[in-house]
Amino acid sequence: MGLNHFLMVGALLFASGVYTVLSRRNAIGILMGVELILNAAGLNFVAFNHYTTTGIQGGLFTVFIIVLAAAEAAVALAIVLAIYQNLRDIDANRLDTLQR
Amino acid sequence: MMSVFDVIFFALSALTLLSAFVVAGSRNIVYSGFALIFAFLGVAGLYVQLSADFLAAMQVLVYVGGITVVILFAVMLTRDIASTAGTNPILNRPASLLAAAGVLVMSLVLILDSDWPLRPEVAYAPTSGELGRELLGKYLLPFEVASLLLLGALIGAVIIARREVRENEEARS
Repeated sequence: MGLNHFLMVGALLFASGVYTVLSRRNAIGILMGVELILNAAGLNFVAFNHYTTTGIQGGLFTVFIIVLAAAEAAVALAIVLAIYQNLRDIDANRLDTLQR
Repeated sequence: MMSVFDVIFFALSALTLLSAFVVAGSRNIVYSGFALIFAFLGVAGLYVQLSADFLAAMQVLVYVGGITVVILFAVMLTRDIASTAGTNPILNRPASLLAAAGVLVMSLVLILDSDWPLRPEVAYAPTSGELGRELLGKYLLPFEVASLLLLGALIGAVIIARREVRENEEARS
């Protein structure tokens, strides 16, 4: 049980996130996929930090990833809500209008 | 012979990955939202196994306690319960699957081929203190910038989403 196992879990998480982002039409579903991808990246940082270095830089990067993910989720969901109020739809395939 | 660490690792990995697969594959966006909670909890457990105690707590507080709740709120606010807004069309599923599989295969080949410079001994020690010292020392500027960014992002989110609250109040009165 070592670094490679954690990296494989991270890779599978990342792939799940990619599939979610690409296959969803619901804008919130796409955001869920983005969160999975960010988690996979954070897991990789922590795994490398634990198995290859003596410092804490990987953990710090993960701290910033989590903080930025929180900010991104807040803004993105606010935008999705605003779009929903204006267009009554959050299907990414149909949101191709820039003006009403 | 599997050690306790390995058993826990496999259990956490199974929880994380199965939840992630539910998020990716479920036809119901609400199921995806709830599966996301368990995926994040599994990742928090994996952080504990990597001796990142503070990060695990942060993951639970910010992701499980914050982001998933906000996402579920958004799902409830935007979803017409009778419609199937969460379903995936059949058309772009194969292409998405192909792309995700390509990413996965590339990553796995890279992981298995690489010769990582492993640290000789893997010691378990609390990392919160070190993290705090680094954040208020060498990484003070990114720390402050992140705090300002979070403030700006949250104010922006409130301003963007506020019209809906007003409209709802007008609709009620």
